[in-house]
Amino acid sequence: MSVDPSAKQTDEEHGHPHPRHELSYHAKRIYAIRELLLEKNVITREDIQTQIDYQEARSPANGAKLVARAWTDPKFKARLIADPKAACAEMGIDATSLNEFVVLENTEKVRHMVVCTLCSCYPRPILGRPPDWYKSFNYRARAVNDPRGVMREFGLEPGPDVEVRVHDSTADIRYLVLPLRPAGTETLSEQDLAKLVTRDSMIGVVDALPAVPGSKKTS
Amino acid sequence: MSESSGRFKPGDRVRVRAEDRPGHIRTPFYIRGKTGWVERAHGEFRNPESLAFGGDGLPKRPLYLVGFHQREVWEKYAATKDKLFIDIYEHWLDPA
Amino acid sequence: MPRGHHDIGGTTRDAGPINRAEHQLEDWEIVADAVNQALGARGIKRTDELRRAREQMDSELYRSLSYYERWIASMESILIEKKILTHEEIDRKVAEIEKKWGEP
Repeated sequence: MSVDPSAKQTDEEHGHPHPRHELSYHAKRIYAIRELLLEKNVITREDIQTQIDYQEARSPANGAKLVARAWTDPKFKARLIADPKAACAEMGIDATSLNEFVVLENTEKVRHMVVCTLCSCYPRPILGRPPDWYKSFNYRARAVNDPRGVMREFGLEPGPDVEVRVHDSTADIRYLVLPLRPAGTETLSEQDLAKLVTRDSMIGVVDALPAVPGSKKTS
Repeated sequence: MSESSGRFKPGDRVRVRAEDRPGHIRTPFYIRGKTGWVERAHGEFRNPESLAFGGDGLPKRPLYLVGFHQREVWEKYAATKDKLFIDIYEHWLDPA
Repeated sequence: MPRGHHDIGGTTRDAGPINRAEHQLEDWEIVADAVNQALGARGIKRTDELRRAREQMDSELYRSLSYYERWIASMESILIEKKILTHEEIDRKVAEIEKKWGEP
């Protein structure tokens, strides 16, 4: 933890201070760019805070809610696949800033996996910012020609009879994987089901978590 | 999602143009020259090749979800039914 | 035309294992993300412009910078290109801020 007193001055917006003189050349420049843009009224402090608040309100929990509802309500699942934005709105998730997004449903015979080989396209309005590994050169390079190798690294091994479908998101469409409902979860509540839906399972590199043996059933 | 007014429909065989030129291109290098099929028409979107240089991206371009057999994209890919899907703008596709 | 340094799907150079370590975003990364989105919301830059700027940057630099450092570099070049800021003015502001931070 930094106790650099000077850090407080510029960190008032979200309060986790860091030692400033250790920052890299580019890291320092963003503070300068921000100050200049504010001085010139190109953007306002409110603009910046709005974006910080917006991103902080996004997390994989949003996606998990969608998935758990889709697992328990076949009609909702059909709506989620047919019109994802409307289904999000139903669940109180604002996905309007997404150009379009598509839900990819996993089955026993098909596993989907999402990558952006050219940059880092990701359904941010739903899941928040992408994890570091998703943006890494290794993932971007390998996901398209070695998806099974990548899945194996994450702990998923689809059999040879399973079809692995990789989606390289290169344009205006964002993709969200609807993982398979784990076995033995018939009696779990929607809320408990959502706990099994990890961020990585919605990118498609793993399945949803297995049901915890002995976990409280709601029957 | 709006219906595409484009020249291709789901099921059509298409070949990705093997063009190579400067600019901002959203068709990955590895898929150029490969043959697949239109899986889905996404509708029309502003052209990123123009947007990237301050243009208005108009006219909008039909965008397709194009499917490929992994074994046809990568020589060494193991014998499976695995597939690869990429969003590709119409001006990067020819009938195949 | 060689393929772009950003266009790495299927390349062997990056065929190694995936580092799954994650880091909590630092303040400057959150600021970079937010300033970028705010500029977009005001219609001052487009995502495709920043992508193009990252594609045009020096390849070694592209490889060596961290994710948000690349964002910052591309934001700077687009803001300069659009004559909203100048490189010198950013340099001066950095010096000013360093002084305020008590840079040695």
